[in-house]
Amino acid sequence: MITVLLFAQLQDSIGKEQIEMEASNISISELKERLKSTYNLPQIDHVMISVNEEYALPGDMLSSGDVVALIPPVSGG
Amino acid sequence: MDKVMFDIVDEPIQVGELIEKVTRREAGAITTFLGTVREWTKGRRTLYLEYQAYKPMAVKMLEQIGKEIKEKWENTEVAITHRVGRLDLSEVAVAIVVSSPHRKAAYEANEYAIERIKQIVPIWKKEHWEDGETWIGDQLEQVPYPDGEPTKIGKGDMS
Repeated sequence: MITVLLFAQLQDSIGKEQIEMEASNISISELKERLKSTYNLPQIDHVMISVNEEYALPGDMLSSGDVVALIPPVSGG
Repeated sequence: MDKVMFDIVDEPIQVGELIEKVTRREAGAITTFLGTVREWTKGRRTLYLEYQAYKPMAVKMLEQIGKEIKEKWENTEVAITHRVGRLDLSEVAVAIVVSSPHRKAAYEANEYAIERIKQIVPIWKKEHWEDGETWIGDQLEQVPYPDGEPTKIGKGDMS
């Protein structure tokens, strides 16, 4: 099980703060593809991904228990 | 140091307390930057802002910025607090304080901190305009997304 956290416009468009996904041993790109088709999220191509609170790369592999966050371009300050 | 130097809060920021965190005998300068809520942006009127953060990661990224500053400018102390939730006009969204023996480092490091916040810290701002609302989705605040969705990748080094 992988937990996916949603923020800002992604949270608004899906209407949830997080999603649980049955998955393990998939790459971040694969996870993105799955989310994109399941939830109709074209904007997911433009978000950064963090795994367990660290920025991650598209090729990084995910394991069960990981907490992934979809991070749209940030606008703090 | 036991003091919390990097924090995300949902109450008004106590700037005096933040300054105390970096006050020390070696310092000859303390710079304070306050990011405040602006009423007008390119002819559009803001009523209030709403900030959201991925809190644990945001704190980690603020700590990373602190580390970068200490590597770039010797003998600096940094403390940063960012506020989340609803903020009205003129309220303080972010406060950055830097102390150093001489003023140049304190000024430079302080500006570096706000630029890095806009690049790597997972915090988002929602503009509540007079005529609608928008999540601001670009680090440089140049490209708001009218549909509430990004249509292009933001600039900036996300490493």
